[in-house]
Amino acid sequence: MAEPLVAVRGLSKSFGGLRATDRVDLDVEDGETHAIIGPNGAGKTTLIGQLAGDLRPDAGTTRFAGQDVTSLDAPARSRLGLARSFQITSIFPDFSALDNVALAVQAHSGSSFRFWRPARAERELREPALAVLDGVGLGARADVLAATLAHGEQRQLEIAMALATRPRLLLLDEPVAGMGLEETQRMVRLLSTLKRRLTIVLVEHDMDAVFTLADRISVMVYGRIIATGSPEGVRSNAEVRRAYLGEGTPP
Amino acid sequence: MAISRRAIVLAAGAVLLALVPPVAGLLNQPFYVDLFRRMMIFAIAALSLDLILGYGGMVSFGHAAYLGIGAYAVGILAFYGVDNGFLQWSVAVAASAVAALVIGAISIRTSGVYFIMITLAFTQMLYYLGISLETYGGDNGMPLRTRSQFAGLVDLRNPSAFYYLVLALLVLFLVLGRRLVDARFGRVIRAARSNEPRARAIGFSPFRYKLAAFVLAGGACGLAGALLANQTEYLTPDFMHWTRSGEIMFMVILGGMGTLFGPVLGAVVLLGLEDVLSALTEHWQIILGPFLVVVVLFAKRGLFGLVEGEVPRDG
Repeated sequence: MAEPLVAVRGLSKSFGGLRATDRVDLDVEDGETHAIIGPNGAGKTTLIGQLAGDLRPDAGTTRFAGQDVTSLDAPARSRLGLARSFQITSIFPDFSALDNVALAVQAHSGSSFRFWRPARAERELREPALAVLDGVGLGARADVLAATLAHGEQRQLEIAMALATRPRLLLLDEPVAGMGLEETQRMVRLLSTLKRRLTIVLVEHDMDAVFTLADRISVMVYGRIIATGSPEGVRSNAEVRRAYLGEGTPP
Repeated sequence: MAISRRAIVLAAGAVLLALVPPVAGLLNQPFYVDLFRRMMIFAIAALSLDLILGYGGMVSFGHAAYLGIGAYAVGILAFYGVDNGFLQWSVAVAASAVAALVIGAISIRTSGVYFIMITLAFTQMLYYLGISLETYGGDNGMPLRTRSQFAGLVDLRNPSAFYYLVLALLVLFLVLGRRLVDARFGRVIRAARSNEPRARAIGFSPFRYKLAAFVLAGGACGLAGALLANQTEYLTPDFMHWTRSGEIMFMVILGGMGTLFGPVLGAVVLLGLEDVLSALTEHWQIILGPFLVVVVLFAKRGLFGLVEGEVPRDG
């Protein structure tokens, strides 16, 4: 069996006395959609931050695509093919939707120490950006200022920016949080089309979305992964039911 | 249409500035050539600050440092008999750029109030360094031996020739600056200002771009310093005083941050008001202060925003 795309070993991070992640081991296989669920404060977002390279671990290693990336920061990991969305929508609000995506293309297309030619006139930035924007269903909104897009559209824009970097791994931190039913369904359909083309790590509280999308699920409680398995296996795991699913969301 | 209105405003501004020497000649008021040349020199300093402040989001409260370094480069070389302007001005730009590289490499790692304080601290260090240089006049400063020589190409002792050289440089910097902020480089620093974690997440390492912008701005302001030394024919540590940094920053904010043209307008208006009001009363700052407060409160995009009219902000 080939090496997993992501191999995390013993990853720990404390904030003061709080152990946000506690010796986490996690394998994400190439091509799978791997959901991470758990109650609030379980350390899911910290784990995403560590995978993305925004947070330095206190201990442990992260390997990505066969390479030790533990000491690499977020921009370096992005260039290796790791893309993310944030829990709280993170876009360039004073740029148009198209320019948001074009910037993501630019970051992965040659040097940005270019001082003369207007970036807007560069077809090699504009055309891929338009294609990606079309792909997530925002083609008609290309010239709209990102700040004025609806919440759901901004989340789609974030996915478009991630895709524009042509990633191998997509880290999604609560992609349907705060969305209405219709917006949620649209996002889940979008993510379904990305499954298999990409490896996805998905942190989400919406259990319908998780059980629709995930190939495997890991359950995180108090900074530790207490179970990993197929959706059916996790659904029937007694410890998981007690720790999490029993708390309100019926499986 | 907004674009044509901007074009009209800019063309009118350029024509008005170009007409200053002949009109001053007709009115027999050579003083105005001097005043407007001074405005344009500060306009270059202010637009260089706008690159890092308005587009890069770096609130440098020490931009006068480069003004001082550029001026002292010219003054010290002249002191030792080196009058060649090409050499003097190259040294002025290079020395300012190197200083910006050092100051930027340290300060850009911080942000917010810390960034402001570190840039201020460095400039104060240079200010006191200037005071301690007894050879070059200490805190009294020293006269510039002679204006920079350009091998017969331009004679800076001719007020109009000097004036048009400054105007040409101002236009050049506006064109270069305009290209730069719309090119890939400018988009990276604007993206980093807009949302740095997002810029990092899509693969940019903003530090190197911000540092490069900081160095470019420092070098450009160094040239303004070289011009200023020739303008005043005197140099003093006061060029680097923190109130001078504040004045340059005010030109940017008054005229409109992130517009490049705004700071030019800001420099003209601020120095113009200073000149008019100080003729009226000794306590002219009592009038200037409230005016500035009103502009900052009611004109979000500065004076240039008012003249230019509504333009949708775009990336």
